[in-house]
Amino acid sequence: MSSQIIDCHFEPYQLLNEHQQTLQAGSFGACACFVGSMRDFNDNASVSGMQLEHYPQMTAHYLDKLEQQARQQWPLLDCLIVHRVGAIAPNDPIVLIGCWSAHRRAALEACAWLIEELKQRAPFWKKETRPDGERWVESNTDGH
Amino acid sequence: MLSMSIEVKFFASLREKTGIAETTLEHAQTAADAWYQATGGMPKPEKVLVAINLEYADFDAKITAGDEVAFFPPVTGG
Repeated sequence: MSSQIIDCHFEPYQLLNEHQQTLQAGSFGACACFVGSMRDFNDNASVSGMQLEHYPQMTAHYLDKLEQQARQQWPLLDCLIVHRVGAIAPNDPIVLIGCWSAHRRAALEACAWLIEELKQRAPFWKKETRPDGERWVESNTDGH
Repeated sequence: MLSMSIEVKFFASLREKTGIAETTLEHAQTAADAWYQATGGMPKPEKVLVAINLEYADFDAKITAGDEVAFFPPVTGG
């Protein structure tokens, strides 16, 4: 179980693979992952960059709590959450969630639950750079 | 006697609106009281979330000495 906040570019599939190498070979039959990355548009406007702010002590606490809650609901062998902060460019990965389990349902359902919970509750905030200036994103899309 | 102050933090758009990142208070009864004292009576925006000691809380939640209270807008990570 691991959660990380990263303030520079990361390669999500490399991290996923590295983490999987730490698991006991043959112990898992399913890996589900979600990778969220930055679009170059939002609400019909172009977006050239983004600043991602967070509440460091609370994000660390909250991501650990989400992982524990996921493990109480599904028989997961392991899970990984990585979230980016700082200056972000279009196409940069923002978030990685990986879930490993013996069978597919637990990994798939836990992964979907984790990203929705993270988006609704974890204390991160995006500030977009648009042609007409900077703007705080006011809310996340609900389940899109 | 050792004074256990209350630490108050503001994040994102609320930090910019209030002009405060962090401040300390000697006393506060509730989160609403901490908001009032820290901002000098600024009206509370419609959508403000509160955390006390890193857990979500209500505005009328009680505060005790040594607590950390944070105010922030709806979250937009992921």
